[in-house]
Amino acid sequence: MSAQATGFIPDPVQQGIARGWRIVDGARLETDRTLDADVVIVGSGAGGGVTAEILALAGLGVVIVEEGALRSSRDFKMREAEAYPSLYQESAARQTADKGVKILQGRTVGGSTTVNWTSSFRTPAPTLDYWRSQFGLEGFDAEAMAPWFALMEARLGVGDWQAAPNENNALLKRGADKLGISSGLIRRNVKGCWNLGYCGMGCPTNAKQSMLVTTIPSALDHGAMLVTRARAERFEIEGERVQGLLCTALQADGVAPSGRQLRLRAKHYVVAGGAINSPALLLRSNAPDPYALLGTRTFLHPTLISAGIFPQRVDAYAGAPQTVYSDHFLHTAPIDGPLGYKLEAPPLHPVLLSTTMNGFGADHAAMMRQFPHIQGMLALLRDGFHAESRGGSVRLKGGAGVLDYPLNDFLWDGARRALLTMAEIQFAAGASAVRPAHESARAYASWTEAKAAIAALPQALHMTRVASAHVMGGCTMAGDARRGVVAPDGRYRDLANLSVHDGSLFPTSIGANPQLSIYGLAARLASGLARELTGRPAPRPQAAPGEMAS
Amino acid sequence: METSRRSFLKAGAIGALVLAVGGGIYRATQSAPERFVLDGEARAALGAIVPAILSGALPAGAGRQAAIAAAVDGVHAAIANLPLPVQQEVQDLFGLLALAPARRLLTGIAGGWSKASEAEVARFLQDWRLHRLALLRTAYGALHDLVLGAWYAQPASWRAIGYPGPLPELS
Repeated sequence: MSAQATGFIPDPVQQGIARGWRIVDGARLETDRTLDADVVIVGSGAGGGVTAEILALAGLGVVIVEEGALRSSRDFKMREAEAYPSLYQESAARQTADKGVKILQGRTVGGSTTVNWTSSFRTPAPTLDYWRSQFGLEGFDAEAMAPWFALMEARLGVGDWQAAPNENNALLKRGADKLGISSGLIRRNVKGCWNLGYCGMGCPTNAKQSMLVTTIPSALDHGAMLVTRARAERFEIEGERVQGLLCTALQADGVAPSGRQLRLRAKHYVVAGGAINSPALLLRSNAPDPYALLGTRTFLHPTLISAGIFPQRVDAYAGAPQTVYSDHFLHTAPIDGPLGYKLEAPPLHPVLLSTTMNGFGADHAAMMRQFPHIQGMLALLRDGFHAESRGGSVRLKGGAGVLDYPLNDFLWDGARRALLTMAEIQFAAGASAVRPAHESARAYASWTEAKAAIAALPQALHMTRVASAHVMGGCTMAGDARRGVVAPDGRYRDLANLSVHDGSLFPTSIGANPQLSIYGLAARLASGLARELTGRPAPRPQAAPGEMAS
Repeated sequence: METSRRSFLKAGAIGALVLAVGGGIYRATQSAPERFVLDGEARAALGAIVPAILSGALPAGAGRQAAIAAAVDGVHAAIANLPLPVQQEVQDLFGLLALAPARRLLTGIAGGWSKASEAEVARFLQDWRLHRLALLRTAYGALHDLVLGAWYAQPASWRAIGYPGPLPELS
């Protein structure tokens, strides 16, 4: 609303538009359009953004198509009421088909990178080792991937966070220390961060080095075209070649089709719509799938939530949202044993907290009045490494992708252990009460009480709150056709001119926040694609000094 | 506590059938809206559900009715931003709540929504919350998220919970 913000914070997107970026807003189309390019990229998130920059730098004509709108710092007002409908898939209310898991995914230019919490981890070595032994992915070990992670870390300003963790994160470390549980500090992709705590509503100062302010502007400066508010509907496939991509233009609110269509034609197509929308697009297109693998093995890092109430103020809405983690419980059992989990702290804002925590009426209102004293803790289950953890599958319902993700006893065992761990750490950190996110739970006043109560909580669908901000898999990359629809070079096996470059490639979950895993893998695959399409060495993207917030 | 107040829950499979069909009947009798429409008895249902979910959060006295109205409008606005298939699901839920036989069977509320007491509404919400039918649990979940989300999205709700809101210079 206020004009002040646009006055003193430079908006690189508005500046780019003024420089003459080629942008087609689907909501403003007055006629159907056909656009031609060398490469069409579906999605502008972590995979699409990185790919777009590298291909554009290589001199290829690129069209990026994005379902969300182009919004930038002047639109980011740190308000949940505006951010969730405008920046997230399904107003941040996306769920699995049985409504057992709530899913946060971005839907805006920059995809989830525009709204994520900046946590940057390289793919853990044990995960890569598992992909080699179980999915035949040779040459993807930690050593082979290191240069790609280093490249993207430099490109996106990933570094140690210099400020002290906020109290919400410090409590995770304090409690873990008391119990002899190891923890570490999270690296972040920020430059000149104001330490505000509103990353999830779009960075108002352009400090977060999301795709919105890095690779997408770079690609557009190198001649790429961005098509927004256009839903990739289906590929036109003839034999083993994609001949075109049909897109449905959306109305300005992004909800209903506008009636206009776009047809995009290119030599090559890259799918990077995220791990629900990418397989759904390929399913709608009847892409060849001889082993019925497409859309299967979708993983979520199913996430459990625990609220600790502390005597002191925590102010979990303020400050860099995620700066402390613990991988202790990823290492207490073999990777293919009972589910391990990563511990982190989430930022808390009124809508996120009130809808995540169970109950209603006076009990819920009393909890909300303690808001400044609540510390949030998350446990992300590392799914996909055990025969009992086969993930979910994407299918079509009325043309839209929906995710079936059955919650089984193997998962509930991990959920119970995770809720116990979080309560123990919160009490060790000095909590006066702990309230697990579960329909039958209440606030427990001591670890002794919580331990007995959580052990007895029924772990079941709709009873235990489960959330996810990390959707992975569904277009598995593997060494052979029986284990994955995508080859190790990112090419869709049964189509000659289609690649997949996003988190849907992962054969399992990552066991860490996935953005840097996607950046590194997409950089490697896009560099290979650039070489093949141009016959020249691939360019190396670099951060431009102008991208840094003043 | 377990007898009379749970009698309507014997509905069981019949309830599920009503839930599945009820929305469709309501939809067929409406002018097939593409987007969610909140009218008549459906609006009255939401008007009765909001104060039960927000009990303890709503202001007392003069501002109460305006606060309830604001929350109802907030829910309506939130639904309007959902994908059309999800809007249809929510439409089905409210269509069901608007049908008197379904309301009696599944919520135990005998008279119309405008006469329902907060305690009656809270009772059916609590029953849906833990119900053995997944459909009713998800219906409770939708009402929980819509109403609480709409309420705490408003700056007017923030003072009571000690949330300072965004930096004025940036918002």
